[in-house]
Amino acid sequence: MPIKVLLESKKINLILSRLVCELIENHKDFNDTVLIGLQPRGVFLFNEIIKVFKNKHPDLNIKSGILDFTFFRDDFRRSEKTLSANSSQINFTIENKRIVLIDDVLFTGRSIKAAMSAIDSYGRPKSIELLVLVDRRFKREIPVEANYYGTKIDTFKGDKVKVVWDKKNINNKVFIES
Amino acid sequence: MNKLSVDHLHGIKFLNKSDISLIFDTASNFKEVINRPIKKVPTLRDITIANLFFENSTRTKISFELAQKRLGADVVNFSGSNSSLNKGESLIDTVNNILAMKVDMIVLRHPNPGSSILLSKHTNSCIINAGDGSHEHPTQALLDSFSIFEKIGDLKGKNILIVGDILHSRVALSNFYILNLLGANIKVSCPLSLVPRDIDKLNVSIEPNIEKALKWCDAVNILRVQRERMLKSYFPDNREYSMLFGLDLNKINHVKKDILILHPGPINRGVEITSDVVESDNSIILDQVENGVAIRMAIMYLLASKLNFTIDKS
Repeated sequence: MPIKVLLESKKINLILSRLVCELIENHKDFNDTVLIGLQPRGVFLFNEIIKVFKNKHPDLNIKSGILDFTFFRDDFRRSEKTLSANSSQINFTIENKRIVLIDDVLFTGRSIKAAMSAIDSYGRPKSIELLVLVDRRFKREIPVEANYYGTKIDTFKGDKVKVVWDKKNINNKVFIES
Repeated sequence: MNKLSVDHLHGIKFLNKSDISLIFDTASNFKEVINRPIKKVPTLRDITIANLFFENSTRTKISFELAQKRLGADVVNFSGSNSSLNKGESLIDTVNNILAMKVDMIVLRHPNPGSSILLSKHTNSCIINAGDGSHEHPTQALLDSFSIFEKIGDLKGKNILIVGDILHSRVALSNFYILNLLGANIKVSCPLSLVPRDIDKLNVSIEPNIEKALKWCDAVNILRVQRERMLKSYFPDNREYSMLFGLDLNKINHVKKDILILHPGPINRGVEITSDVVESDNSIILDQVENGVAIRMAIMYLLASKLNFTIDKS
């Protein structure tokens, strides 16, 4: 299976810093903002973003949580596989908060739709934004777009875009499997 | 393994260890869901579930119904006492009539052991046993073990005591099966007249002295005396039973260690357990009730995921 590497650690780190700057530009002191990592794979990117905030902007008090949207997915009973849920960690209400959902890859948009429904269980947010590392453009099945993205790429339908996070943060990479 | 090995839940006897851990993992996720400000998910919005209760039930029925509503399912309730069964209709005919109304899943409580298995052989619907006579009550055993697991972790090697009317209890039998699957050590304490035959074949030992048994255990599950199932007298009177096997603070304090106290309900205060024990810090009876909803949501979610989705193209 041919593999094409799109991003490596150095570039990913630059992108993370840039995404954090863009967030600060729009959310200023983060008083009303909540960052939400989407289970399962968005949580890795979410953790990296939180790390950048802690290292470069320790004065900012960032409220954050993790959301699992399995029970809101639209493909339940559509395959042989049972959809396995993960844990959610949101111990506060999001009523009137500005939410930033964080996921690694934006593809069909269906996960984001499910996540937007799931987040309503914690209150009615003031607004919802989306941050992704990779935007597979022209592949949407639902009208969803990212407000912040690391990179936009063109892919074929059968391609798999994978984001691998290295524990030591040295060999992070994004690649396409065709 | 992210799929149940069974298509119906007739009893714990038919489950394996990975089924149990899948159910526990899923129940943990649902427990988080039911503690959200908005406690409902739309997962089963295209599923219709019939609750067929041919025997009295309060908490199991409410717990199932709440779990179904939290999952977004459509629910119909049926109670045996005011049905066509009184007009001579058989169980299978009654159920087939209900299924003709496009019901996907049935939760069945029935006084006859094996009724859920019988029904599954004559219908195409997914069946969940909510108690069949003195046979099994699988969701109760699942929530009992889940409640203990939440407090003290893995049950492997833990000592679990069951006190009460073991002979007539479906909760006891289901608990024996699940505790064996999870590797716990099991003892019962009750009048010898209430011990079923061949109990030793289920790896259960008997300790008629409740104080000795309490010293041994990490958790104790208290069962009520099921007078309605007794065709003869098994012990002289409630007062004597209560003195010998009723759980009171004196017996608990005498043990000098923390023991989790469970009771599946309904509680006969002053007979098998005193009020001060029910309300003590070690009692996890209300945790059991909350966990009951999460466990039942998990069961219905996992079984529903095995129902094929079909669109009627006509």
